[in-house]
Amino acid sequence: MRQEKRKSDIIISSVIKVCGYSSILFVGLILIFLLREGLPALKDVAFSTLFSVRWYPIEGYFGILPLILGTLLVTISATLIALPFGIGTALYMSEVAPRWIKEVLKPVVEILAGIPSVVLGFIGILVLVPFFRKFLDLPTGLTAFTGAILLGLISIPTIVSVAEDALNNVPPAYRQAGLALGATRWQTIWGVTLPAAKTGVLTAVMLGIGRSLGETMAVMMVTGNAPVLPTQIYALFRPVRTMTATIASEMGEVATGSQHYQVLFLIGILLFVFSLVINIVASAVSTRQRKRSERVLS
Amino acid sequence: MKKFSIQDLNVRYSDDNESLRKVSMEIDSNAITVLFGPAGGGKSTFLRVLNRLNDLADVKEMTGQVLFNGIDILDPKLDVIDLRRKIGMVFSRPVPLPLSIYENVAYGLMMAGERSKKKLDNAVESALRQAVLWDEVYDRLTSSAYAISGGQQQRICLARVLALEPEVIMLDEPTSALDPVSTSKIESLLTELKEKYTIILAPHNVQQAARMADYAAFFLMGELIEFSSGKDMFLKPIDKRTQDYITGRFG
Ligand SMILES: Nc1ncnc2c1ncn2[C@@H]1O[C@H](COP(=O)(O)OP(=O)(O)OP(=O)(O)O)[C@@H](O)[C@H]1O
Ligand SMILES: [Mg+2]
Repeated sequence: MRQEKRKSDIIISSVIKVCGYSSILFVGLILIFLLREGLPALKDVAFSTLFSVRWYPIEGYFGILPLILGTLLVTISATLIALPFGIGTALYMSEVAPRWIKEVLKPVVEILAGIPSVVLGFIGILVLVPFFRKFLDLPTGLTAFTGAILLGLISIPTIVSVAEDALNNVPPAYRQAGLALGATRWQTIWGVTLPAAKTGVLTAVMLGIGRSLGETMAVMMVTGNAPVLPTQIYALFRPVRTMTATIASEMGEVATGSQHYQVLFLIGILLFVFSLVINIVASAVSTRQRKRSERVLS
Repeated sequence: MKKFSIQDLNVRYSDDNESLRKVSMEIDSNAITVLFGPAGGGKSTFLRVLNRLNDLADVKEMTGQVLFNGIDILDPKLDVIDLRRKIGMVFSRPVPLPLSIYENVAYGLMMAGERSKKKLDNAVESALRQAVLWDEVYDRLTSSAYAISGGQQQRICLARVLALEPEVIMLDEPTSALDPVSTSKIESLLTELKEKYTIILAPHNVQQAARMADYAAFFLMGELIEFSSGKDMFLKPIDKRTQDYITGRFG
């Protein structure tokens, strides 16, 4: 009997091990593939070309700067839009809303998070693009700003549901302690509940940024896809091209192994590095917190 | 002068059980009033009525009258923030806020709008001294309030209340998560503090109730069974149920 239990234990733990190692293996393989296809670009394409401001692959101009800045412009603006709405909604749901509203909102947010981005891109084209063209009197509604709004909308549900979970996990005793000291409800939320949920809220924000960074379809549909270097603030209201959109739209018609092909993979590597940095920052922040709480327990 | 005067207090949560039924009692200032009785008797509910913390819980019905310094505190128009500054509360498990030791003690004052660094410093020091904690933490006021022992954390929570210079201090099983040494520290602290404050204590066992009580109230299933001076209660209780509970013959 006992022997058997041991055996099933061993089997289960080795299955789990295989799963764990294989996912590491897959990530490793993807990374190796990316590097193998992309790194030669650094050798074959001159640096001065690569870091120029002109992206026109057919004539051999592989300047990736406009793409990088386009991505940064759209992602950062999207985050700035999504952050207050996302955290505000999460706070409302966990701290303010009566129970029945909460019970309605929660599934709604989760459904929103699951809408395919093509669908949202489609709505963007039909609604946002003409609206901005008319409302802001622009030559075209296909702009970085349109993309940022759409990406903001796409990442809000992610931020809301993760942040709301974090806030809900704050023990009620904290809120009671704050209120019992004569803090107002808002002071308690701002000074006690939010700081107590800091790690989870930060994770939510990072996931939201990751979501905007990696989003492809929706941005491709509404940003106009012009690889122009955004240098001034009004560039926000002009078409841009992001890294993801470039890969998605050009990878299909490129000759395997050509310079163009290599540069597209190089862009992929850069995207990988970006999201790696975001993840490292997020986990650094949360482990610093965890260390502190471990000290408490000892 | 009676600090509180409670008349026919009834409280029902949304589960429809009467968590408090027709409770009437008076609470003296400068004394320790002990609320004791088996679990679910309504002690915590009673305390949360006094500082209106029950506003957060799903209370379905609350009737009766609760006068604090002669003012009806069940009045929906009452300024609860002000009330809670006058009636401090310490909870059963130490709940330091996710802030430094200093900020924890200064929190209530800062929320009340106190900006002067000097006044805050003085208030923090005097509160920590009253809680006999100053000597243990004065050199690490800026470190996290979680980086000290549970007993010290609980005294931080007490100091946090004292810093507001309240009139009443309520403690709901304040030593249930503490070791005997920290427990006796808190107990002797309370005996000193009653010179200045009105203290209402829900102890976590009968022994503590007997040790601490100037006045004692026995709660059973939402009813106030007996209310008398500590001596009378623990030496010659009148009601049969009180006798049974005190002598440990209770189910
Ligand atoms: N927030 C709440 N919502 C609904 N019912 C509650 C709530 N708090 C307490 N009750 C109910 O009210 C009754 C009295 O509970 P209360 O916590 O006041 O008792 P207590 O005397 O403090 O018990 P203990 O010794 O376990 O702390 C219990 O039946 C409990 O289930
Ligand atoms: Mg209780």
